[in-house]
Amino acid sequence: MEQYITALSKYFIAIFMALYTYESFSVFRFREEKQRRGIYARQVILLIFVHFTCFLTICVQTGDLQYLFFYAFQQLAVFAIIVLCELIYPTINKLLLNNMCMLLVIGLVMLTRFNIALAVRQFVIMLVSVVLAMCIPYLIRRFPKIKNISWVYALLGILLLGAVWLLGAVTYGSKLSYSLFGVSFQPSEFVKIIFVFFIASAFCKSTGLLQTAYVTAVAGVHVLILAASRDLGGALIFFIAYVLMVFLATGNFWYLLLGIVGGSSASMAAYRLFRHVQDRVQAWKDPWSVIDGDGYQVAQSLFSLSRGGLFGLGLFRGAPDDIPKVERDFIFSAVAEEMGLIVALCVIMVALSCFIMFMNISMQMRDPFYRLAAFGIGVIYIFQVFLTIGGDTKFIPLTGVTLPLVSYGGSSVMATLVMFFIVEGFYRNRQDEGVVYVGKVGKRKVRNTEKEKTE
Amino acid sequence: MSEKLEKEKSEIQKKKKPNKNKEIFLVIYIFVFLFLGMMGYICVYAYENKETMMNNSYNAGQQILAAQNRRGSILARDGEILAETIISADGSEKRKYPYDSLFSHVIGYSTKGKTGLEKKMNYYLIQSNAPIAEKMENSAADQKNPGDNVRTTLNVAMQEAANKALGIYEGAIIATNPKTGEILCMVSKPDYNPNEIPDIWEELLKDDESGVLVNRVTQGLYPPGSTFKIITALEYIHENLSAYTNYSFTCNGSIRIDGSKIQCYHGIKHGKVDFTQSFAKSCNASFANIGTKIGWNSFSSTLDTLLFGKTLPYELESAVSTVKVKAGMTTQEQMQTAIGQGETLVSPLHMNMITCAIANGGVLQMPYVAAQVENGNGIVVKRFSSPGKTKLMSEQEAEILRGLMREVVETGTGTRLLEQSYTAAGKTGSAEYNSARDSHAWFTGFAPAEDPEICVTVIIEGAGSGGDYAVPMARRVFDAYFGN
Repeated sequence: MEQYITALSKYFIAIFMALYTYESFSVFRFREEKQRRGIYARQVILLIFVHFTCFLTICVQTGDLQYLFFYAFQQLAVFAIIVLCELIYPTINKLLLNNMCMLLVIGLVMLTRFNIALAVRQFVIMLVSVVLAMCIPYLIRRFPKIKNISWVYALLGILLLGAVWLLGAVTYGSKLSYSLFGVSFQPSEFVKIIFVFFIASAFCKSTGLLQTAYVTAVAGVHVLILAASRDLGGALIFFIAYVLMVFLATGNFWYLLLGIVGGSSASMAAYRLFRHVQDRVQAWKDPWSVIDGDGYQVAQSLFSLSRGGLFGLGLFRGAPDDIPKVERDFIFSAVAEEMGLIVALCVIMVALSCFIMFMNISMQMRDPFYRLAAFGIGVIYIFQVFLTIGGDTKFIPLTGVTLPLVSYGGSSVMATLVMFFIVEGFYRNRQDEGVVYVGKVGKRKVRNTEKEKTE
Repeated sequence: MSEKLEKEKSEIQKKKKPNKNKEIFLVIYIFVFLFLGMMGYICVYAYENKETMMNNSYNAGQQILAAQNRRGSILARDGEILAETIISADGSEKRKYPYDSLFSHVIGYSTKGKTGLEKKMNYYLIQSNAPIAEKMENSAADQKNPGDNVRTTLNVAMQEAANKALGIYEGAIIATNPKTGEILCMVSKPDYNPNEIPDIWEELLKDDESGVLVNRVTQGLYPPGSTFKIITALEYIHENLSAYTNYSFTCNGSIRIDGSKIQCYHGIKHGKVDFTQSFAKSCNASFANIGTKIGWNSFSSTLDTLLFGKTLPYELESAVSTVKVKAGMTTQEQMQTAIGQGETLVSPLHMNMITCAIANGGVLQMPYVAAQVENGNGIVVKRFSSPGKTKLMSEQEAEILRGLMREVVETGTGTRLLEQSYTAAGKTGSAEYNSARDSHAWFTGFAPAEDPEICVTVIIEGAGSGGDYAVPMARRVFDAYFGN
């Protein structure tokens, strides 16, 4: 019996995951949340199936019942998140909610497989973060002034990043974290959000040249501090968010072009100037020649990726722990090895589905602040996914950022949950303010409030 | 009024719509495109590099598979087991080679590192494509799965014949099917017993004199001696396609041009010879003369086409043959090179490939040993074939060379192959390798001459003349093939 479970479960996980992914794109066929109800229900069922099958495998493989308890708590928590959100905020976007839960579940499964203590720790942080993040939609409604205080965001972001740079502990060659009461804390994860709010609030006043210059100056300081802290991934994420948000705010293609040219030349300069950038590029070009040094992580990650095949070796049956820092930066390769390429690609697709929904929500926003902020958060999210997975698979040089919601790391998961609920908050505002649909699918929506004004 | 407003408004918005969100759409397209590219890349990369990555010593994959599967067997073409893993009562595994030293170099070993096919086919031997039901049974019984077996193209009877023929001599024999590229036998001596590798390992490491571990077929480099005349002849024919039959030379046992002297083997005077007789009797003086008549630039490119100085298209490690052809060569160097002395070095495998191309109308069907991968129940999982083909000479040139090589057997240095049930053809060589005029005995040839099915190349180190020593050995391999 046990053999059948371990042999067959991976196929079931892949099938459930593929179906889930299909549903997370079929959502976009419909315009109204009402029409998507059935899809969301099926997604929740598939989510539970995936979660259950993974933990069944873990229990059978280890023969340890403590995993069963842990699973029970997790299952309860996921259920609670979905039900509570439905009760408190009936009008938020369920696709983002379901995808968020799916990614959290995949992360928890992989972390449990590595180290249950780590997984429990992550689980607790997750619960706290969700509870905090769930207040956000309420707060956004309560404090509409958040769009008027761009200078506060600018100061706060620069202060936080600067403080890390000056005081922070040295972790893995990059100065990224504070230690507060024994809990290490990565402000740059949160500054991302503040940064997006800064650009959005600055541009909702004006999109003139002067304002653009102001935004550019502040953004430049952010990026430079991050580069000085040797947080290349962070610097890149902030830069891309800046370029694309300026592009959206101004609608000026020249800014986009300028951003690309500027970014490329800055990267070239960084490559010339910094030894650690050269090492990263070398490890990307040919990890095999430096397998004893800088290429070791990427080489092991590629081994993991290639060992798995379509359906994976099965949980606990591979050797993803050979990759240093696997639970943070290389969790994607671990998923590919033990759960298979299909599941790994589904994880990418689910992330992409989140991004498209973020963009979709941004398009529906009439308030320029909401529109820009939702867009910025979506860009930051998807670009981070791209950086980490691209780095794991030697598609691009490794930058050492986490896979949002899946990787181990308290600050990362908390910040990402906050981001998701911020966009949920925007979405809810739009929904609750009474949207009427003009005609059927594909037509624009007009707000009641505005209609009244024109009449 | 309100309806009209509504209508106007929706019209305005319809007009505005494509404008308003085009930036967001663009960003969506960019990222979707990036991600699709990345996903495609991941699939291709993971699939294409599976084998090389599995063979990387840093990869834990081998240990994972070794814990699940018993290493598969290596089989001869008719299913005889050449290497297998036996699990003893106490659960320990032992790699066993039932034929002891017979296949030592081509199969290799997998105890102290891996060589030969054990190395090349490692990826397949450690996998198991056993039916899933069987795997589950094994897992329930806490037993390993049978690894996949690799079936080779090797013929046990021919390997035995070649091994016996070589006897106590050091040297190498290879036989290939020129039409398919299948290697039928490959013997290198001195050899070792792969079963004893763990015991004799230290000894082997200390001994760097005899090169027991070296597969002389693929990695040995020898002066080609008169077998190189095949190549000089090819160049002369290539340059004088219609006139080469008019060639004539009078041999007095030696030739002297510009003060350099080339002697025929044992100073034999061949008298007046034409092109065919020069080749059949392996007249050094005449070929040294030809060497001064060919265009060396053109020869250089011919040698390029014949894979000199290039890695051979072969699945296992092989040595690169070298020949020194440069602008401004002295006449001495030209004459030496033309008769296969000089600084030329050739591997037996390479000589066999050139012979195969001649036998196969100028086209080299690249040789291979691993034929297919089968699971424990004999179901074929993956079939290999010749890695490809390449044209080394024109069909007409190959045909003329076949005629010349047949003449060697009929009237020249290879007459010991006459009066067989098959018609053989070939070229002998006696390659001097020291100043004491000791020579390696070469033969490379094929049979049947009309429609070649097998090419045999023999080299015996320090034996003497090719006609006396190498030809009889080749005959025993031909005999084994044709069933005498």
